[in-house]
Amino acid sequence: MPFYVSPAQVMRDKAEYARQGIARGRSCVTLQYAGGILMVAPNPSSALHKISEIYDRIAFAAVGRYNEYENLRKAGVTYADITGYQFDRHDVTARGIANWYAQTLGTIFTDQLKPFEVEIVVAEVGITPADDQIYRITFDGSVTDEPGFVAFGGQADQVSAALKERYADGMSLSEAFAAALAALSTPGNGGERTEYTAAQLEVAILDRARDHRTFRRIRGARLEELLREARSATEPPAATSGADPTGPSSPSGPAGPGAPSSPPGPSGPASPGSPPDSGPPTGPAPGGSDRGGGLGGGTRPNPL
Amino acid sequence: MGSYFDGSQSGPFAGNPRMSGLGRGPAGGSAPGFLGLQSSSFTDFLASHSPGLLPGGSVPGPVGDPAAPGQALRDLPHATTIVAAVAQAGVVLAGDRRATAGNMIAKRDVEKVFRSDEFSGLGYAGTGSVGIEFVRLFQVELEHYEKMEGRSLSLEGKANRLAWMVRGNLGAAMQGLVVVPLFVGYDEDTGKGRIFSYDVAGGPYEEHRFYSIGSGSLFARGALKKLYVDDMPIRDAELACVQALYDAADDDSATGGPDLTRRIFPVIATITADGFMRLPDAESEQISEEVVRERMTRPDGPSAPLRIG
Repeated sequence: MPFYVSPAQVMRDKAEYARQGIARGRSCVTLQYAGGILMVAPNPSSALHKISEIYDRIAFAAVGRYNEYENLRKAGVTYADITGYQFDRHDVTARGIANWYAQTLGTIFTDQLKPFEVEIVVAEVGITPADDQIYRITFDGSVTDEPGFVAFGGQADQVSAALKERYADGMSLSEAFAAALAALSTPGNGGERTEYTAAQLEVAILDRARDHRTFRRIRGARLEELLREARSATEPPAATSGADPTGPSSPSGPAGPGAPSSPPGPSGPASPGSPPDSGPPTGPAPGGSDRGGGLGGGTRPNPL
Repeated sequence: MGSYFDGSQSGPFAGNPRMSGLGRGPAGGSAPGFLGLQSSSFTDFLASHSPGLLPGGSVPGPVGDPAAPGQALRDLPHATTIVAAVAQAGVVLAGDRRATAGNMIAKRDVEKVFRSDEFSGLGYAGTGSVGIEFVRLFQVELEHYEKMEGRSLSLEGKANRLAWMVRGNLGAAMQGLVVVPLFVGYDEDTGKGRIFSYDVAGGPYEEHRFYSIGSGSLFARGALKKLYVDDMPIRDAELACVQALYDAADDDSATGGPDLTRRIFPVIATITADGFMRLPDAESEQISEEVVRERMTRPDGPSAPLRIG
């Protein structure tokens, strides 16, 4: 048994450990839409939240170990509340909170034997979409500013790629939700392609139009309605991906029925290209599975 | 080389758990400390993290006779009368707009009726500056609990929490910085409005039907006693509260009546199943003008029937 372990090796081991823990769960997405910021996470529990309110215009989403991110969430609420009490409610910013999380996670990663297996997103809704901010903080304390959208946790790369194809500036809430749902349902996220029901999803928004506390959970009837809208909008792509295993020729089949029904749906913003064109790429399913095949073999442990 | 691992020295990555993000930060109360200090009560957290930020927290030591606070304290602006009445669909809370400093009027348009959360509100009487801090702290307290625990406190829980905060201010109150709140809320379980009063040492005392606090409270309560009817509609309760404030202003120099020349009218808030709502200025103006118009012919206001039935 070796007595000396190089610092580089210790850090690598810790990072590997944290990455594996985070990749075990399912992805969570946060994206901007015209009226604010939408957060969607697969979560069968209605009491143990992955998405929560931090402050008037700031929300928090996390993946990984519940006890660890819950602890961080509470600390973030405390940080925000005391800053707002000490100064003014306007002086609490997502940037400040993201920095605090980065500092805390960085310290824990360096100092403690077991790093936190969490990944966090802090989002702030601004007065205009240009003022919106989304920060992603990883287990080692690195912060990235994510313009527009971010997918994190689980098979984040695949979900992110799927989300990127559908994301557009100025989407409506139902369009954004459809995009998020489609991205979360990519086959890479949790094995098989999943059809989420309202009970399996945790959805919340930061509503730009509201005063004071902008955070709202979407559940019950409202969520069912959004799901219905998203389903009817993505029906054709769903058909293509269902038929996907049979071969690349199948998209051309459903593309016929897909073409008439896609204009009313959000396929406009998702892929402004011509409908026949949109057939194959919308199958982010094919794209995703391609990726999955390519990376799944030997390289998956590395990127994740 | 092996000494790191045989326990004789702390290794390069051992770290001190107290100093590594879970305890207080190295700077004592710096950011990382929040991980170890969380509490669902913001006031408790504040008391351990930065006690100086508590209302009345940095009052100077006793100055002379505590029964006769110094001139400086007496001349601080004081807020005056608050009235509350339970109505059919909830509860009404109203306050006049005057703040006084000794025998002077310090401010004509002060607000002393506030939203504390979705289903509750409070007004305060006493030293204005401490009262403002109090209201802010109580608002954060309720919101903090809600965010930490994922649910709101029960109405009794909120009333008890406020009692502890009033009690915490007792030291400052003994030196002259007195603040007494009046807390009202809509009880979602029973679907009724409720009123809680306090004294300087805490409380809460649940009040039934109606209540008032502050310098003009005696006159306001006397008026409400004659005007109040059980299960009155919200609109009538609002009117009764404004009548009571008018009577308080009539006989108490520290309570301000409706100011028709400057268009300053009482702040009226209602709390019902729809939540807290502060009446728009136009509606408050309308109610006040109705009261003033009637008083033009009957300066003492409406009279109650002499015999019951």
